[in-house]
Amino acid sequence: MTRVEGRVKVTGLATYAAEYPVEGVTYAYPVQSHIAKGRVTRVDTSRALDMPGVLGVLSIEDPPELAEDADAELALFQSRDVAYRGQLIAAAVADTYENARAAADAVRVSYEPADHDVSLRADHPGLYRPEVVNPNYPADTEQGDVEAGLAEAATTVDVTYTTPVLHNNPMEPHAALAVWAGDGRLLVYDSAQGASLDRDTIAKTLSLPPNRVRVVSRHVGGGFGSKGTTRPHAVLAALAARAVGRPVKVALTRQQMFDVTGYRTPTIQRLRLGADADGRLTALEHVAYEQSSTLVEFAEQTATPARVMYAAPALRTAHRLVRLDVATPSWMRAPGECPGMYALESAMDELAYAAGLDPVELRIRNEPQTEPESGLPFSSRNLVACLREGARRFGWDRRDPAPGVRREGEWLVGTGVAASTYPARRVPSKAVACVRNGDFLVQVAATDIGTGARTALTRIAADTLGVAPDRVHVELGDSDLPDAPVAGGSMGLASWGSAVVGACEELMKNGTEGRADTTGEIATDTRLARHAFGAQFAEVRVSAVTGEVRVSRLLGVFAAGHIVDATLARSQFIGGMTMGLGMALMEETHTDEEFGGFLRRDLAQYHVPACADVQHIEAMWLEEQDERLNPMGSKGIGEIGIVGTAAAIGNAVHHATGHRVRDLPITPAKILMPRF
Amino acid sequence: MKTFDYDRAASPSDAVRRCGPGAMYLGGGTNLVDLMRLGVAEPDRLVDVSRLPLGTIEQVRDRLRIGAAVRNSDLAADPLVRARYPMLARSVLSGASGQVRNMATVAGNLLQRTRCAYFQDVSRPCNKRRPGSGCPAIEGDHANLAVLGHSDACVATHPSDMAVALAALDAEVHVTGPGGDRIIPMPGLHRLPGDEPERDTVLEPGDLITAVELPAPPPGASAYRKVRERASFAFALVSIAAVLDVGPDRAVAGCRIALGGVAHAPWRAERAEQAIIGGPATGEAFLAAAEAEMEQARPLPRNAFKVPLARNLIVSTLQELAP
Repeated sequence: MTRVEGRVKVTGLATYAAEYPVEGVTYAYPVQSHIAKGRVTRVDTSRALDMPGVLGVLSIEDPPELAEDADAELALFQSRDVAYRGQLIAAAVADTYENARAAADAVRVSYEPADHDVSLRADHPGLYRPEVVNPNYPADTEQGDVEAGLAEAATTVDVTYTTPVLHNNPMEPHAALAVWAGDGRLLVYDSAQGASLDRDTIAKTLSLPPNRVRVVSRHVGGGFGSKGTTRPHAVLAALAARAVGRPVKVALTRQQMFDVTGYRTPTIQRLRLGADADGRLTALEHVAYEQSSTLVEFAEQTATPARVMYAAPALRTAHRLVRLDVATPSWMRAPGECPGMYALESAMDELAYAAGLDPVELRIRNEPQTEPESGLPFSSRNLVACLREGARRFGWDRRDPAPGVRREGEWLVGTGVAASTYPARRVPSKAVACVRNGDFLVQVAATDIGTGARTALTRIAADTLGVAPDRVHVELGDSDLPDAPVAGGSMGLASWGSAVVGACEELMKNGTEGRADTTGEIATDTRLARHAFGAQFAEVRVSAVTGEVRVSRLLGVFAAGHIVDATLARSQFIGGMTMGLGMALMEETHTDEEFGGFLRRDLAQYHVPACADVQHIEAMWLEEQDERLNPMGSKGIGEIGIVGTAAAIGNAVHHATGHRVRDLPITPAKILMPRF
Repeated sequence: MKTFDYDRAASPSDAVRRCGPGAMYLGGGTNLVDLMRLGVAEPDRLVDVSRLPLGTIEQVRDRLRIGAAVRNSDLAADPLVRARYPMLARSVLSGASGQVRNMATVAGNLLQRTRCAYFQDVSRPCNKRRPGSGCPAIEGDHANLAVLGHSDACVATHPSDMAVALAALDAEVHVTGPGGDRIIPMPGLHRLPGDEPERDTVLEPGDLITAVELPAPPPGASAYRKVRERASFAFALVSIAAVLDVGPDRAVAGCRIALGGVAHAPWRAERAEQAIIGGPATGEAFLAAAEAEMEQARPLPRNAFKVPLARNLIVSTLQELAP
C-alpha cells in the first residue's frame, strides 16, 4: 500500500501548523538575548509600540501569568536572568509577520552582562554525576573489577572520542498558532511530535486544566526529537494570543531554531577496553562527559549502550554533566545511543586492530548470553546474524585488514563495520475503533512526523480487522483523540499499534465500538531486555590530495522484529543511515566561545548530506519472530538506522588512511593536517 | 526586513540614474535578498536590473561577451562557453544548487558577499558589516576563512567559484556608472581587506556591471576543481582554476592559476605561475612553485589545513593538465 496521506502532501493540501486559516490572525516575533549570561535591566518597548500594526510587546517588564513550577525553558518572561544567548527576552505582536519582526527589532534591551562559560571540558570543575540519565537510567553502573580486568588483558585500548553540538533541523520549522475561545479554552496548532504530551505541558505551563487545552498536529514535517517536548514558541503563541485577544501565529526562522528548539549535547567519551588473547573482553569502561543548561538538567544516556552490547566480566559506565551558560540540550534521533555507539564501536574497531582480530569476528566473540548489565534474557537478539549477513552481502571476506594500503589514483579506499542497537520500548496508549458508514474509523492521538505512522497504523488496524486497508480510516494528530505517547524513542508504532490492535479486537467482539488502554497490559509485561540490533558496513574513498571523504557504499542489516511496512521501513533505515553519514562527515554546530550561542545557523553552513553525498546506500532486514514485544511483534525503527553509521564510516576512514580521527565530524582539515 | 522601495530600470543608464544614495541594484536576488532578511543589507530602494537587455552571450571576433544579467545556469549551459571555456562552465556548475543557479546572475555572482558567520549575524561584531566593531573571527570561527592577503581587520573570503575561473581567464569587467564607462581587468575587481574591509570591490557607489568579456581562450588545457566537505551545495574550502600550456619540448609555455576560498578576492597565484613558466612540466617543479606561492600564507589555528590543501591542489591539478 502507498502512503495514505501521500496525495495531500504532494498536492500541497496537507496543512501544517502555521498554515491553518484562522480569522483575524496576528503574528508574534521574538526578541532574543544578545548576551550569554547576566541580567536584563530594562526592556524599552516605546519605539516598538508606536510602529504600524503593533498590538503589544510581551516582556519581563510586565510578566505574563504562568505556573510557578513551569519548566524553566518554557517560563517565558518570568525572570530577568539570562541563561544563554538566544533566549527569548521579549516578543512583539503585530498584524503582519513583517510588522512584528520590525517591531521586535525596535525593542531595546539593556543588560548587565556577566562572564559566561560555554565550553565543555573533561576537566571542568563543575562536572557532577546526575541522579539519572534520559529517560530514567542510572547515571553510573559498575560490576566486576575494571582495573583488574585491564591489568590482566593481553590487549588494551584507552581512547577518547568527541562529538560536537548537532542540531535536528527538520524540514518544517517549528511553528504554532494559538487560538483562545470565548470560554477560555485554548486551541494550539503546533508542529509537535506528541499532541497529548504537548497539551499536558502547555496546560501545566499556563496553569490550565488539561481538558481546556487542545493541540492539533495533523501533519508534521519532521522533528528528529526536537518537537518531542513542548518548545518555547508554542507557549509564546498562547501567551501572546491571550495578551492581544486575537489568534497568534509564531513561526521560527531557521536561525532561531538553532537557539531554542534543543540540540544534541556535545560529548567527550573515554573508553578503556581490555581483551584476552582470544579477543574476549576482560573489561569495558565507558565514561561520558556532556553539558546541560543552568535552567534545566538534561543528561543524555550516552554510555548506556555499553550496558547492552558485549559480554565483559568487568563493566563500568558513567555519566558526568556540567551546567553551562547554554541552551538546554534535548532529544535528537537516538539521543545517547547514537553518540555513545559512535565511541564504543570505534573503540571496538581499535581493539580489533590492537588484538589482530577481524572487527566482525571480535564482535561475534563477545556476544553475550544475557543483557550484560541487567542479566535479563533478551526478547530476541540477532546481532550476530546481522553481522554475518551484512559481511556476506558486503563482500567482507575479500577485505585486507591492513590499513592505508589500497589506492586508486589519489583515492585511498577502506571499509569499516559497526554494530547498531536501540531499545524496543512501548508505553501506555489508548485508542478507539468504530464502524462509520460501513467502514472503520480508528482514533488515536498519535503523530505522523513524516515516518508514515498513519499508513502503518492503517495496515495494523486492517490486519487486525481482516479487511482491506482502504476500508480503514485512521485519525490522529489531535489531543482530543484518545491519549497517546510521542512519536519518539522508536516507541511510537509499538505503543499506538498495541492500543489499535486492542481497540480493533474489541470492536470485532461487540460489533460497534472498541476501546483500548494498554496501561495494564504493559505493566504486566515480563521483564526482558528488549532491543533492536543491526550491523552497518561502509566503504569510503579518501582523497590523499584534498582530504575529502566520499562514502561509496553503505549497507545496513537490521533485526527489528516484524517489519510492519517494507516501503516505510526502508525509508526510515536509509534516512537514519544518511543522517549518520552527515554526523560522520559534516554536521557540526559551532559554539561561539566569545559571545555565547551558536554560529553558522542555517542549512547553507550547517551541512547535512546532499543527494550527491549518498552514492550507494542499501538497507535490509532479517525478519524476527518476537511475540513477547507487542501484538505486532515489532520493534521501533526510527532510530536504529542512525546508530552505528558514524562509527562504520570512521572505521572505514581509518582503514583507508591508517589514521584514526577521534573527533567528529571527519573533515578534510582533520584528514590533511596529520599527514603533513 | 526593513521596508524598501522597488524600482525597475529601463536601461543601464536609467539604472545608474535611479540608483541614488541608499539604493542597491537587484539582480537574481539570491544573495542580496538573504542579506536583507538577515538585516545585513538594509537598502532604502532596490533598482531591479534583472530585466535589462544584458542577458545575452555573444562572440565578438575571438572574444566572448557575457551580459551581466545572464543566469548562471544559462552561462554554464551555453555551447560557446562549454566549447571554448569549459573551466568556466565547470566553476559555475560547482557553485550553489540548480535552483540558485537558475536565478543567480553573472554580475550578482561577482558581487556576492562573504559567508563569514559573524558577517551574517547582525547581533555580533564585524568590521566588514560595521566598520570599527571588531573581527571576532580571528580568535573564533575562521576555519573556512582566509589564509592569504587578509588583515587584522578582516579574514573573510570571497565565496564565488565563477570569479576564480574568470580571474584565471583574464576576464574584463565592463562597468557603467555616474563617472561614465570603464573596464576593470580581473582579478582587480575585488580588493583585499586592508583597513577598509567593508569595501569588497573597487566599484564606486552607483557603478553597474554590464558585462564580463573574455579574451580568446589561453592555449593549453584547463581545469576547475573545488574541495568541500559535502559533494554539492557547499562553498569551497579551497578551489582552483588552472590553465597549463606545455610545449613540444616539455617546457611550460603558459600557466594560469587562480585560487578560491583562500582570500578576500579570487587569488591569482602569480608567484607560482612565474616559477612554472619556462621550466619543465614536472611534479617537482609544480611542488616548488606551489610552495613558493603558499609561503606568503598566514594561516590561523583553525584554517592552517588550507595551506597544504592549496599546495596539493596546485600540484595535483597541474599534473593532471600536463600531457
